[in-house]
Amino acid sequence: MLNISGVHTFYGAIEALKGVSLEVETGEISTLIGSNGAGKSTLLMTICGSPRARWGKVLFEGRDITKMPTHEIVQLGIAQSPEGRRIFSRMTVYENLQMGAIRNTEDRFERNISRVFELFPRLKERRNQRGGTLSGGEQQMLAVGRALMSEPRMLLLDEPSLGLAPMVVKQIFEVIKQINQDDKVTVFLVEQNAFHALKLAHRGYVMVNGNITMSGTGQELLVNPEVRSAYLEGGH
Amino acid sequence: MEYFVQQLINGLTLGSIYGLIAIGYTMVYGIIGMINFAHGDIYMIGAFVGIIGFIVMAILGITWIPLALLLVLVMAIVFTSVYGWTVERIAYRPLRGSQRLAPLISALGMSIFLQNYVQLLQGARVKPMQPMISGGLQLMDGGVGGFTVGMSYMQIIIILLTVVLMAAFTLLITKTALGRMQRACEQDKLMAALVGVNVDRTISLAFVMGAALAAVAGVMVTLYYGVIDFYIGFLAGLKAFTAAVLGGIGSIAGAMLGGLAIGLIEALWSAYFSVEYKDVAAFSILILVLIFRPSGFLGKPEIEKV
Ligand SMILES: Nc1ncnc2c1ncn2[C@@H]1O[C@H](COP(=O)(O)OP(=O)(O)O)[C@@H](O)[C@H]1O
Ligand SMILES: [Mg+2]
Repeated sequence: MLNISGVHTFYGAIEALKGVSLEVETGEISTLIGSNGAGKSTLLMTICGSPRARWGKVLFEGRDITKMPTHEIVQLGIAQSPEGRRIFSRMTVYENLQMGAIRNTEDRFERNISRVFELFPRLKERRNQRGGTLSGGEQQMLAVGRALMSEPRMLLLDEPSLGLAPMVVKQIFEVIKQINQDDKVTVFLVEQNAFHALKLAHRGYVMVNGNITMSGTGQELLVNPEVRSAYLEGGH
Repeated sequence: MEYFVQQLINGLTLGSIYGLIAIGYTMVYGIIGMINFAHGDIYMIGAFVGIIGFIVMAILGITWIPLALLLVLVMAIVFTSVYGWTVERIAYRPLRGSQRLAPLISALGMSIFLQNYVQLLQGARVKPMQPMISGGLQLMDGGVGGFTVGMSYMQIIIILLTVVLMAAFTLLITKTALGRMQRACEQDKLMAALVGVNVDRTISLAFVMGAALAAVAGVMVTLYYGVIDFYIGFLAGLKAFTAAVLGGIGSIAGAMLGGLAIGLIEALWSAYFSVEYKDVAAFSILILVLIFRPSGFLGKPEIEKV
């Protein structure tokens, strides 16, 4: 579904991605793990064209999206819950969800919002509250809900568990699984919380310093000694 | 008392005009964080299109005033919006992402350009216009030797039109998808793009909407005062900008309130102190606000929980 080959992305003179290649298969959950500053968020944003890859190619369903403007890329059926959640803080929960559906037709709106409220009943309770006043966990739910409002075929999630209480993390991962299994949404999940992510994912990639250094099924990486010592030992 | 009420009416009229112009400043500031110093001149262009429009109506023989007024308003809105859109495209968009000072200088340049452009095309002399809508209502009769409070039909039209436009505009911003896109781009352009908003187009639209409201103000002023020249945008622009800052720049309701406040201050100051210093009064307020309450009446706090 998503095919990334030899992608290099720069911030000024800094090369954040140094030739990344990977694939996300239709219907699967793929995960990308790696420590802070490895370039994971940069990769997700490069998929959406901001910043743009200087070299290399990004194909979505066979179509070259490397040079497309961001708002056109996401209209092809990609939605992202970005790093830091980026809730529209001066809008209500409901308006944030409306923003997620801004490119959709009216009739799909009702169906999608009831699905989001079903996945996150908390958001329904808080529908008229301003986004900026939500707790961290609620903001994360809203970020995922907003992404789902566009009825995407592929969902990009950037560290949805960051800074959340274990209970909330569990809930979020449960929802990701449901979205994938029940709604048939392909998921590309970026995580530092490697244990949960690998357990959930069909396929995993490890990123170090702007390069993909390992890949395999979630299970393979979970038992891999290198992965264990670098990302799994201590905690979890 | 009668005299005071009369000044309130005059101030309200003036404030309506400032408020309409101020919205343009505040919208552009809200979305790209820049003061569009050419906006006053956009308003001036609206006034000129208005005066030309009335001449065209006379030539076409459209003499029924409500129809003529409506057609001229539409014409002014269309032409002025095109100017607003063009200014953004050629003077600001190429500079997006550069230092803050660059678009500011570009805006000043654009302002000077527009003034000279109109001066070349239309001449430097003031343009007079036959009064079209005269007469008015008598509200309070002061009796023999007393002061009679009146409200001209023109004042009524200006105030009513402003109220209707502002209500419609507020609904547009708070309740429609278009308004949500404006607000989303104000808050986080990257995230807006990530949900599929065409950010460049939304910014263009902010300029167009601001210009459309300024065009209405321009036409109204033409009718109200009966004279315009290529330089009217400067002072009116500065006052409207003051209004926007007073109300809290970035806030649309603030721009409306600020406009009213400046109009009232100006009218009352002229009435009770001195007409010569009315502009000084308005700008002293700007300075005081900047010193003591830089975020204005309804300004947004700088720090937001993310
Ligand atoms: N906006 C930016 N400007 C400059 N450098 C950046 C920017 N964003 C990220 N970087 C740098 O790019 C590298 C990768 O960052 P990032 O993609 O955020 O990593 P991760 O998401 O894996 O923590 C880091 O070295 C970071 O400092
Ligand atoms: Mg990151």
